[in-house]
Amino acid sequence: MPKNVISKQVPMLEHFNTVIIGSGPSGLSAAVRATEQKLSYLLLEAEQEPASTIRSYLRGKLVMSEPRALPIRSPLPFTASLRETVLDTWEKTIIDYNLNIRYGSKVTGIHRREKWLELELADGSQITADHVVLAIGVQGNLRQLQIPGGDVPQVQYQLDDPQAYQDETIVVIGGGDSGVENALALTGRNQIIILNRADDFSNCKESNLSQLTEARKRGALDWLLETRPQAIEVNTKGEFPITVVANTPNGIERIPCHRVIARLGALPSRPLLEGFGVGFPTDDLAALPLLSSHYESSVPGLYIIGALAGYPLIKQGINQGYEVIEYILGNPVEPADTALLRDKFASFCNDRGVDDVLEKIRKSVPLLKMLTTLQLRELVLQSNILQPEPGDIIFKRNDYSTTFFFIIEGDLDVLIDEDDIPDATLTTGQFFGEMALVSGRRRAGTVRARTKSVLIETPRRVMQKLVDSVQSMRRVLNEVAIKWVVHVCIGLTLSEEDLNNLASHATLKSYAAGEELFHEGDQADGLYLIQSGSVTVSRMIGGREVVLFYVAAGNYVGEMSLVSGEPRYATVRAAVATEAVLIDAGRMNDIIARNPEIRSELDARYLKHLQDQEKRQQLETTDNPGSLGNQSTPSNLISFLIQQGVGEATDVLLIDESLCVRCNYCEDACADTHGGATRLDRDAGPIFANIRVPTSCRHCEHPHCMKDCPPDAIHRAPHGEVYIDDSCIGCGNCQQNCPYDVIQMAVIQDQPERSIWQILLGIQPKALPIVGGSKVAVKCDMCKDIKEGPVCVRACPVGAALRVNPEELLNYAGGSNTDSVTNEVFLTESDGN
Amino acid sequence: MQRGNIFDYKNYRYFKLAIIVIAIAFTAYMLFEPAVGYYGGSWLGYGLGTVSAALVFWMAWYGVRKRRYRSSGSTQGWLSAHIYLGTALTVTATLHSGFHFGINVHSLAYGLLIIVVISGFFGNYAYMIYPRLMTENMGEDSLDGLLLRIAETDKLARQIALVMPDDINFTVDRACRETYIGTGLLEQLRGYQPDCPTAVAVEKLTILGNHLTGEQRKLYRELYSIMVRRQSLVKRARQDLMYRARLGFWLYFHTPFAVALLAAMVAHILVVFLYW
Repeated sequence: MPKNVISKQVPMLEHFNTVIIGSGPSGLSAAVRATEQKLSYLLLEAEQEPASTIRSYLRGKLVMSEPRALPIRSPLPFTASLRETVLDTWEKTIIDYNLNIRYGSKVTGIHRREKWLELELADGSQITADHVVLAIGVQGNLRQLQIPGGDVPQVQYQLDDPQAYQDETIVVIGGGDSGVENALALTGRNQIIILNRADDFSNCKESNLSQLTEARKRGALDWLLETRPQAIEVNTKGEFPITVVANTPNGIERIPCHRVIARLGALPSRPLLEGFGVGFPTDDLAALPLLSSHYESSVPGLYIIGALAGYPLIKQGINQGYEVIEYILGNPVEPADTALLRDKFASFCNDRGVDDVLEKIRKSVPLLKMLTTLQLRELVLQSNILQPEPGDIIFKRNDYSTTFFFIIEGDLDVLIDEDDIPDATLTTGQFFGEMALVSGRRRAGTVRARTKSVLIETPRRVMQKLVDSVQSMRRVLNEVAIKWVVHVCIGLTLSEEDLNNLASHATLKSYAAGEELFHEGDQADGLYLIQSGSVTVSRMIGGREVVLFYVAAGNYVGEMSLVSGEPRYATVRAAVATEAVLIDAGRMNDIIARNPEIRSELDARYLKHLQDQEKRQQLETTDNPGSLGNQSTPSNLISFLIQQGVGEATDVLLIDESLCVRCNYCEDACADTHGGATRLDRDAGPIFANIRVPTSCRHCEHPHCMKDCPPDAIHRAPHGEVYIDDSCIGCGNCQQNCPYDVIQMAVIQDQPERSIWQILLGIQPKALPIVGGSKVAVKCDMCKDIKEGPVCVRACPVGAALRVNPEELLNYAGGSNTDSVTNEVFLTESDGN
Repeated sequence: MQRGNIFDYKNYRYFKLAIIVIAIAFTAYMLFEPAVGYYGGSWLGYGLGTVSAALVFWMAWYGVRKRRYRSSGSTQGWLSAHIYLGTALTVTATLHSGFHFGINVHSLAYGLLIIVVISGFFGNYAYMIYPRLMTENMGEDSLDGLLLRIAETDKLARQIALVMPDDINFTVDRACRETYIGTGLLEQLRGYQPDCPTAVAVEKLTILGNHLTGEQRKLYRELYSIMVRRQSLVKRARQDLMYRARLGFWLYFHTPFAVALLAAMVAHILVVFLYW
């Protein structure tokens, strides 16, 4: 029957006020609200069950409910819990509300007709509706294997329950996170081979990557890189039902196996949406569809919500499901976060509407103009509004806080040195705190309010996310950061003009741990200012690489060749992930020529370095007569400590094994004061020259554990302690992300103090019954709540346990004069902002 | 790396304090000769006795203090003071006695005190010597790790020995069954097993290997290297246990005698005040 005939014969067609496509969280939420509002609607689901994306999670996976502060306004219930619980609750809701849901109905086309929207389904039937809500997420169109045999029953595109497979040989195709996670979940009981068409797993999350490498080391799985499956053959006899024929760099390989799990990602949704007539702002395949503030696309009556609209979080989708139904009914709704924003603004401009205040914020800070309204809302939601009185201190010099500040109004003083005279002033519209954001180091100066001010204090995590996604913001911040580094490292006497000139021509470079900034013997390309991370300076002495120095952020390297004009004297290598600002040699020489102070300072440093290196070189050669092996020369000790992550640490626990009497009081004391779970393992950890680096937190500059904490429970205290607060949900991400294995999952319970009689008679107090008893992540908090400092150190009867600041230690190990070097570091840290 | 230890804690603070205590005690002893002569019942004797008794109680308190992890200050300072003032205590106690000894509860307390102090000196010695030796012996390995590896060599060696002639099989089997590692305190302190079956086996294997077929020789060489490895693992494990035992052994005297000393001292004080 021709289409135009159908659209005229309305009564023959099913018609609804609203058709909701997709029964994920957003679609279910919309349907539940539509039921409540007695709207005529139909919910279409392509699969045979609701919420297929969440269903495809591994069994027992924790479904997160972020952002925590956002309230859920939809009647669809949702809290962070196990995948099964979430699905059960929703299935119950579908029954309780008697939702009008139709399974197995895949929509293949949506057309705007004059009066309504017309939907084509895969079975050829058609439905019309006044409004269509598209809530199909981004996982709906899973890519399938387009090879001969790709459709045999042994090939599956998701893994529901990894426990269901035992003693099988399973080929996992796909090196993305979902493939890797599936593969990891199957290890131990099965033989796993991953086929990855890329030459590494760089697309994976770091935690997955490290687990993967670890699993391969154990022999739990193996992988083939640059390998594509060509065909899947069915075997009629033998142990293995199928054989994967794969094209590897070494030719065709045949892999007999029981099962193939293909995780090839989802097809981009843009072509599909464009097929429906939806418009996009740019040509970028990843761009989000153009939507009105009511989620309506460029096709009138077609609404897009949830992940497809660019809101990947479950809670956001659920709220939008509610909101979109209200919009369709013509009811005014304010977004769910408006109430939260109103609370934030309670003491500031409370006479105005939330949108007004946001507009005022956006107008007063140029940097915030770069954000979309949604990004600004997010930023403000996750930030604090501070209203300091004149004289209030925002942060102190040498604090370890890493938040970023925008000035909405008011003036603030920056105090860099000890005197009480302001060294700089900040005013409305400016921002500060960007250095700590970049380097993860102590605050370089104190900031104090001069007038009554209003500030937005944004956590590092939030800023990082914005900088990653907003190009223009990243550019501005980089420029400022470069200028700052130039100022700190060399520019104390530079004129504003020279400084700007230098900064605008400097380039920001990043290096992975172990990567070379420059090599001994290279031609000098310029001066490197270390912005974040740290580097080692090494030379070839007696046929092997000897580490001479360790240079921390806030210092520079490469001035030797600049002064002498000779090739590079030493190799400089990033000790941890490092960012450096490169000022090219020509420009630097130009500046030097015009600024005699800088010339003399560089000359002085040059001579000092020559002296130091001469001393070190003698030390290395005299300490090492004959064998160059496992000797405890300073350079070996530096290399060892760098390997142990001391380069990115802020405070390390060391055990002097030549003093340690193995009494274990350090561990006992830690457990006694920290809920019964010790946070250090005295007996484990590498040893070098009688120094053991036990398994205990190093309080990294950029803590790896903080990277991916769903409840944001890991913080850094002003004195640098990285600690986990009570909101830990026990997901174990931090444990996986820590490269030093210092986080464990444990049940913690405050311990009763032993009475004198118990101590005298050697009685262990009865452990209190464990209440609740769920495991949480525990790690060293450097006893930040105990007045006299770390108990491990204080409980050691022989003084073998010590905590050190790595800079001092490394410089000490390097054999240079500790005092002068630490002073130097301290000075550079304290100068400028 | 050179670092402070319990002896030079805070630039020898408690060494200096102990010297002062000793100096004052001596000066007092030299300057004032009580009318009744030097003995504990004189006013000088009471003075020195009181100081000594206070010191004994304070020394004993260290045993409690070091296990009270929630108390303030550093345990290292306490231990440093414990050592130096404990040494000074022998001087004050000796002067307190006025060199009058006999077979009575008073001299018993004195004798116990000397035993406690001397055992403490052994402790100092052990703390100075053994930690370094332990690290040299074990490196990054743990004792459990060594035992696990010994068990692994057992399994491998027995497997190979099964296809060897009976005399070799017997020797290896005996080595695996009869090698003991630190079964009692004495063995632990001694740190070796006389005629250790593993060592014997290694020695015997060199002779027993002479009349093997070509096929067996290959396996025999493997077996031999496994047994040599086993021998060195066993030796290291024994050494570690020996160091541990020696590191803690003196405490078997120090603590019980300290308790006995407290009892004897209380008796001594009661006797003096009730029955004198």
